[in-house]
Formats: sequence, structure tokens, C-alpha cells
Amino acid sequence: MEKSSDILIIGGGLNGPALALACAQAGLRVTIVDRLARDNRARDSFDGRGYALSLSSQRLLAAIGLWDSLRPHAQPILDVCVSDGGLGEGPAPFVLDFDHAEIDEGPMGFMVEDRYVRRALLEALDATPAIRQINGAAVIAQEVGAQAHVTLDTGEVLRAKVLVGCDGRGSGTASRAGIKRSGHDYGQSALVCAISHSLPHKGCAHQFFLAAGPLAILPLPGNQCSIVWTEKSSQAKAINALDDADYLAVLRPRFGDFLGDISLAGQRFSYPLNITLANQFVAPRIALAGDAAHGLHPIAGQGLNAGLKDVAALAEVLVVAHRRGEDIGREDVLARYQQWRRFDVATLAMATDGFNRLFSNANPLLRMGRDLGMGVLNALPALRRTAIREAAGLTGDLPRLLTGKPL
Amino acid sequence: METAQTTAQTTIDPAEVAKFEAMAAEWWDPKGKFKPLHMLNPCRLDYICAQIATEFARDLSDDTPFSGLRLLDIGCGGGLLSEPMARLGATVVGADAAAGNIPVAQVHADQSGLTIDYRHTTAEALAEAGEQFDVVLNMEVVEHVADPQAYLTACQQLLKPGGLMVCSTLNRTAKSYGMAIFGAEVVMRWLPRGTHEWSKFITPDELFALIETAGLTPVDRKGFVFNPLGWSWSLSARDLSVNYVTASTKPAQERPESA
Repeated sequence: MEKSSDILIIGGGLNGPALALACAQAGLRVTIVDRLARDNRARDSFDGRGYALSLSSQRLLAAIGLWDSLRPHAQPILDVCVSDGGLGEGPAPFVLDFDHAEIDEGPMGFMVEDRYVRRALLEALDATPAIRQINGAAVIAQEVGAQAHVTLDTGEVLRAKVLVGCDGRGSGTASRAGIKRSGHDYGQSALVCAISHSLPHKGCAHQFFLAAGPLAILPLPGNQCSIVWTEKSSQAKAINALDDADYLAVLRPRFGDFLGDISLAGQRFSYPLNITLANQFVAPRIALAGDAAHGLHPIAGQGLNAGLKDVAALAEVLVVAHRRGEDIGREDVLARYQQWRRFDVATLAMATDGFNRLFSNANPLLRMGRDLGMGVLNALPALRRTAIREAAGLTGDLPRLLTGKPL
Repeated sequence: METAQTTAQTTIDPAEVAKFEAMAAEWWDPKGKFKPLHMLNPCRLDYICAQIATEFARDLSDDTPFSGLRLLDIGCGGGLLSEPMARLGATVVGADAAAGNIPVAQVHADQSGLTIDYRHTTAEALAEAGEQFDVVLNMEVVEHVADPQAYLTACQQLLKPGGLMVCSTLNRTAKSYGMAIFGAEVVMRWLPRGTHEWSKFITPDELFALIETAGLTPVDRKGFVFNPLGWSWSLSARDLSVNYVTASTKPAQERPESA
């Protein structure tokens, strides 16, 4: 059995498989390890969790060959409505309304359920012989030298030129490499669930900024939405402990009646909101991607989108270096990935953080300020287009995969 | 063996060889003395790879696109170009006039799991021995030799008919004095004082003339341009004012003299 590969990926969630596919399709030999058995990662039942894929994320998924199987399950986001409302006060006088017709790129993004994205990634891994999958095995040791060596709890030792940690916020790859993290807890939690409603959503996503935190309503196919509802952690815990009827009773005044009658569809989830940034995204022969590098507050659905940007940048750095004959695990090669991503991630982290602090506040002066800000933004088409493009992920120095081009 | 080979017929200036011997151990540290070379390397490799792929109709997305090609890296130093070429499948001979570089390069190639034939020798000695290559890499060497014309003629003799030489050097302009001597040696201390002698720098037109006199056909030239904002190098079709690179081919024997 081949135990040496170009790239060894720890973590088979979303970013790990996407990176494996991008690299393998460009001719690199890839091994991917996940601590869970495959069946535990491929669930087929509806649970209401979904991703608001930016256009660049959608293009990456198309470039690695997944979009054809995702398209039937994807709900185009045609409009994003951002509004500021005090509870029970109705909408604020100024409403920030992003309409995809203002940029010539088609929809602003797509909502896809978690189960379809996972299934598409796992099926694509199975269909790619250049990728070796190891499921149900955990890493117990790693060391780096002329290659990276990883020991699994099965006793197997794997070797690779580069070890990539896609193993989430508590990344063992990062901690074994001595990479420290800095973070912040918001004292808030996100309540996540799916809602069925009687009126059509017309492809419109809504973000209501309430005093406790934002409520995002994201359209799923049919008369269903995925919601991300942010509350103070203590309150979120209390709300999550309610039965379905009482939970809905608390949600209704926040949600409003613009989609008619609402009811719960699927399970309810709760996630504490914190931000955690790895102090380095790379070390000799090691790179971190996705939440392992930056666990972000999911306020604008940018967590997976940021992870796929990492995937696109890292895959391009590695493939380009490989094709010019460089040792792809050298620190000067991996530093290119870090340089490409860190500024963007720090900006996003600060912007998301600042955005949330600004909008999770009942101070009347701040509220007036942001209402005016929204009115001004609405009135200036150029600024609005910039904001829409930023939300759609179309700005900056884009890796090829994010423009839909293969490597 | 390591010291006795610098014979009368080489064009290597002995003072130059001593300077590089002093620097040999630090070759592979990307943050060490050779940091500027490590920074330039991706850009050099992109040019070299593209030229070889074009000349020999290779697809760079293949696993070992240069397999079957015999390549000579003159002034190989620690192997910064030899190793990538070997990784891409070429059969590589790395030659350096500084004996101290050879064991450094050899140890590193072994660590990298690459087979490279490193030799303490010169272009002239290899030509004398009748060695033949598909590709000769002649990167940042010509500005250090005592007789550029004799040296380039040896490079021509080393090429098989239809072979390719990639040759880079420094232009002799006010800007190159500012960047390469004052900037890199005096201000940044990237290179030891006295690494370069500005008067030995060669303009692109002078180099093309030397290459043609040597019997090769120049086919391309580009600038290597440093971008201080991105802190990285890129290729430029227009700006050859400091570092530049050329590609030349040796005519196939059966090609008629004129059309």
C-alpha cells in the first residue's frame, strides 16, 4: 500500500475533501484522514442546516466538478434584504436592499443544505482513485523533517510533503505543531433551525439586526428557510430548552409574518459564537485551512465561504509550486499561502466582529447612526455594488478556482 | 579532487570562486544569506519551465514533464535550480566551480530523495570532455566570468543540435547599480560587499551579440522585476533594466544556413 503522498489532509468535513479533490485533479497524490467512520459523516435526512454559498464558492464547487449534482438542490439567492428592527417596532425607516440585478453576475449566491454538500464531496472522493481515504482513524503523533510523518491510532505511519490541518477550531494539527491561537467569546449563541412557511420567499434572504443579535433567514428550495438566530448565550440556552411550540412563540415576533404562517421543519441546533484565529496559518511542512486557521462568527454565512477561499488559495499555491518543481512543503512555498489569505481573513474577522458589535446594540445614537448609514448606502449605487460584490465574494486577488477555472 | 581542478583553460576568475565558497553553507535557508535568490527562484523557474516546455513540446501538468531531457545547471550552487529540474524528471548534471558547493548540494539532494550528478567542474572542462545536453541553464553566471565570449562558446558546444540555453544576468544601467550594488549589497546587506562588479554587467544587446557570435540563436528575452509592495518578483516583457533572462537555441544540424 502506498503510504507516501504529496499532501496529507487531516479532517474530512467540507474543506478537507474540497482541497483533496482540487489537488488530486491537478495531479497531486492525496491522502485524507478522518476520525469518524464514513457512515457517520454521510447523513441523508433533512436537518435544516445549510450554507449560503457565495458566487465564488459556487464557482469553486463547479470547477472541482460538484455543481452538477448540487444544482438541483440549490436555491438561488436573488435578493438580500438587510434591515434593522427593534423587537415589536416594525422595520426601521431605512432598509438595505441588495438586489442581484445590480451586478451582472446572476444570483448573489446559493443556499444548499449541509447534507447535499457533504454527500457530493464524499461521492466525489470515492470516484477519485488518486485520493486515498482513511476513515475512523485518529492522529496520535506528527513530526516534520524532510517530510511530514503522521502516526495514526491504528499504528499506521503516513508520510507526505505537506500536512494540511482541516480539523476545525480545536485543530490537533495546529496544536501538535505548536501553533497557538487567539480568540474571543461573544457570549452569544446561534440557534439554527429550518422553518416551513405558507408564503413563497421568492429567493430573498433576510438579515434582521435585532438588539440581541442578528437573525438571518435564508431561502431553501420550496417554502422553507434556514434560520440563524443569535441571542445572548444564557437566553439561547433557555430558548433551546423550550418545546417546539414555545420555541416558535419566541421566534414569531422576531421573524414577523412576511412569509405567512411558520412552523418548524427538521432539528434545532445551538452553537456558541466565538472567534478563534491561529497565530500562524503555516509552519514548516504544515498548513491550516478553514476553521483550523480561522473559526469565524457565522454572522453573514462567511465561515464556509472563507474556508473554500483557503482551499482555492492553498491548492493553487501547492499545484503551481509542484509544477515548477519546488518542494511543496518548504516554508517559503507555504508562506505564499499565508500571505495570500491572512490579510483577507483578518479583515473579514474584524469586519464581521465590528458589524456584529454595531448591530447587536440598542444604544439609540448608534441605531440612528446605522439607520442613516443604511440610507446613504442605499442612495449610492457604486458603494452598493461594492458591498454586493464583497458579500458575493467577487473582490480581491482571486485564486483561479474561485473564478470557476480548474488548476 | 576538490581543489586541483581549476586549471589554466577555465575562464573562472579565482577571486570570484572564493567569494562564493564563503557563502556555500547557507544555500538552503530561505531566510538566510541567499534569501534574494530564494525569492527570485519561483520567477526563474517559471521562465525556465515555460521555455523548456515550449522548445521540447512538454505539458507542465504531466507528472514528470522533463523526463528524457539531459540538463546542465552551470553555477548550480546549492542546487536551487537543479533540484526542481530533477523533480520534474530531467536527468540533471549540476556543475559549480566552487568546490565547497558540491557536497552542500549533494547532501541536500540526498535529503530530498533526488538523484543529481553534482560535479566540481566548469563549462569549459565539460565541453572539452565532449558532454552534450538538451538544456543548459546559465543563470547569474556570465557576469562573474573573466571571458564571457569564451564561456558562452563553451555553452554552445555543450548543447545538442536543437538544444536550449537559458541565460540570465544583470543589465549595466544606473538602476542596476542602484539596485544590485547599492541596494542589495550596501543597504539591505542581502549579498556580501563585492559580490558583483558593476562594470562586468552586460546589456541585453551585448549579450545577444555574444550569444550569436557563440553560434546560438537568441529567441526570447524578459526582465525579472522586483515589486516592493508585494515583496516578490515577476516577469516583464518591457523592463529589462536590472535583472533579465534570455532563451537561445542551437540550430539543428540539418537546418539550411539561409532560406
